[in-house]
Amino acid sequence: MMVVVQRIGELAQRVGRDVNLMEVCGTHTMAAFRSGLRQLLPSTVHLISGPGCPVCVTDTNYIDAAIALCRRADVIVATFGDLMRVPGSESSLENERAAGAEVRVVYSPTDAVTLAQENSAKKIVFLGVGFETTAPTVAASIVSASKAGLQNFFVLAAHKTMPHAMEALLDDQQVKIDGFICPGHVTVITGAAMYRFICEKYRIPCVVGGFEPFDMLKATEMLLAQIADGRADVEVEYSRSVNDRGNVAAQKLMAEVFEECDAGWRGIGNIPRSGLTIRMKYAAFDAVPALGVRFEPARPHPGCRCGDVLRGVITPLECKLFGKACTPTDPFGPCMVSSEGTCAAYFKYGKRQAAA
Amino acid sequence: MCLAVPAKIVELQGTAATISVEGALREVDVSLIEEPRLGDFVLVHAGFAIHKWDQSEVDEWETIRRGLEVAAGGGGG
Amino acid sequence: MRGVLQVREEAGRGMKHDRILLAHGGGGSLTHELIERVFAPAFGMETLEDSAVREFGGQKLAFTTDSYVVKPYFFPGGDIGKLSVCGTVNDLAVQGAQPLWLSLGMILEEGLPLADLEKIVASIKTTAAEVGVTVVTGDTKVVERGKCEGIYINTAGIGRVVTEVGCARIKPGDVVIVSGNLGEHGVAVMSQRAGISFQTSVVSDCAPLWGLVKTVLDTGAEIHAMRDPTRGGLAITVCDFASGARVGMRLEETALPVSREVRGACDLLGLDPLSIANEGKVVVVCPSADAGRVVSAMQVHPLGRNARVIGEVIEQPKGMALLRTTIGGERIIDMPTGEDLPRIC
Repeated sequence: MMVVVQRIGELAQRVGRDVNLMEVCGTHTMAAFRSGLRQLLPSTVHLISGPGCPVCVTDTNYIDAAIALCRRADVIVATFGDLMRVPGSESSLENERAAGAEVRVVYSPTDAVTLAQENSAKKIVFLGVGFETTAPTVAASIVSASKAGLQNFFVLAAHKTMPHAMEALLDDQQVKIDGFICPGHVTVITGAAMYRFICEKYRIPCVVGGFEPFDMLKATEMLLAQIADGRADVEVEYSRSVNDRGNVAAQKLMAEVFEECDAGWRGIGNIPRSGLTIRMKYAAFDAVPALGVRFEPARPHPGCRCGDVLRGVITPLECKLFGKACTPTDPFGPCMVSSEGTCAAYFKYGKRQAAA
Repeated sequence: MCLAVPAKIVELQGTAATISVEGALREVDVSLIEEPRLGDFVLVHAGFAIHKWDQSEVDEWETIRRGLEVAAGGGGG
Repeated sequence: MRGVLQVREEAGRGMKHDRILLAHGGGGSLTHELIERVFAPAFGMETLEDSAVREFGGQKLAFTTDSYVVKPYFFPGGDIGKLSVCGTVNDLAVQGAQPLWLSLGMILEEGLPLADLEKIVASIKTTAAEVGVTVVTGDTKVVERGKCEGIYINTAGIGRVVTEVGCARIKPGDVVIVSGNLGEHGVAVMSQRAGISFQTSVVSDCAPLWGLVKTVLDTGAEIHAMRDPTRGGLAITVCDFASGARVGMRLEETALPVSREVRGACDLLGLDPLSIANEGKVVVVCPSADAGRVVSAMQVHPLGRNARVIGEVIEQPKGMALLRTTIGGERIIDMPTGEDLPRIC
């Protein structure tokens, strides 16, 4: 372990300037904080956290729509635990459950399908959020509900995809990124070839990293080596799980059920072709037309700088609300809500560094 | 953005499998991976196996994990 | 009820939520908020240890109460009856008190099978006998079907203080000892909960701790503080110690006893073993000179075989608990928010 840290130190000296490495994925953010990894890096190597937490980038109006659904007497909302505390404009699913709404935390979209089979008198709405890793699992549950002829299973889909979001970040002049630690589990599905355009068009090195602390250190070392050599290639540190072409079956399933659409990213705004919407063929399972869901225009909290945090322009410590009005038990912005959100991670594991 | 954990297939019936994460068992769907077999190590996300590791990949993971313990044990004093 | 009360700068500000959430009962920061903002102003409590200690007739007595709403009421490794004795007896034990008497308040749901009730009562009887505590008074209410989950139990306990302990005695240089593996009760109960559905052979560690605590006290070691890390797990216990004693705490991740299966369940669900509930473990803070005999005494007791030193008390940062990680980094152990929600992200 110390060997890799030593090599990182040597490479940082060779590079001879400050470098910003963005870990796109929220689970990387969390792993870095949980392992205390940042403290092992030279002071010139900055890990900045990108928009890779699905909860963080889900728009307020989506939460509002989910809340409106769970208030309906004939609806049970099923969700990953991650979304429970996310604030909408006025409430959260956790609050609504306390007020009597039926909101169930599930581990898998398949659990929501089971819930639909067991509660035929109710409409089960699964909140489909997540990136390319999660979208195939939701697609699979829609296909299985379709095969089973279920008429009371619906998905409120807000899936997002990575490449165009990374491109949008690079097109923003404020964002200064010297290298990407690319999301390991997204890439299991998509394949590493997806990032090639970043190297070719923007000359930014990309390394797909795994989630053990060693994986992240190794990925950092590989990025620094590329920067020192003046290279910009796609490399895979997480080679035990990631190859060039990805999981073809999952890609096919995703394409069967979903099609590309523009998507609103909380704090970033609209990014063309960065979302997934349910195809017409499966419209019967799409909560939006089937249950008449309407999305109100999003109203962000004033003062909340999650947008700048997500783009890596500021660290959470530079936001006036951070740690004061906005805390993990009383979060304003999405980055504080998810336990892997950049702000929550800073609050939990970074307090000490901040104090020092 | 996505937790996925290494797990071993301990029961298999068509596309339904029981996986074990260090003894914690859960039913998962294995339709997204090719030729799942009993004893395979897979990555599990949200109730689905999304990737299969071969033995050398399992070994690599175990080495990384073991490496951590050894390094931390050595430097913990 | 537990938690160390402090006057916070924003005291007097209202609660963050206008109704009670499940997380308010989770033992985490929302439970603390409820105590600070609602209960403490009403009853003028300064600190809340696991039990209140009062002198009466020249004898120091410890008094505590707890309610049990575990779902399901039979779970791997125990049931609500055993739990209702253990929980209250353990709150007395960690206050250095020998449990003497228990009260037993039962809230039963209309339709509860009598056989289930009999099984629960039998387990109360067995567990009480094991500790040597007597159920001396009780009450029964029945509520309409759907108003509770079969059975809820409240117990209150009185004990005789043998050795006085408390957060205030904790000093830098002390060590932190835990009596065994973490997270077993929480994982065993969670595996039975609807919607999360996973199977595990982990059984609840639910056990009365007085025997183990007495063994420790009998060594003559100087014991500064004890806690049973129930809801919110070890994380809350060390956060409470740190803020209650105005000291820092540092745990070693490599020293934490967590079984392979508990770790697996936590990995699967994205949870942290540090914040998972225990019902048969004690955390002891004592001078480092006494650590050896405390650990050895625990290890010969059936409930303490895996006892070990897991950390130390430090001067700085005051009020904060830290974890030295496996790769030699350091992170803050934060107070869990409340309810454990499985995550996929």
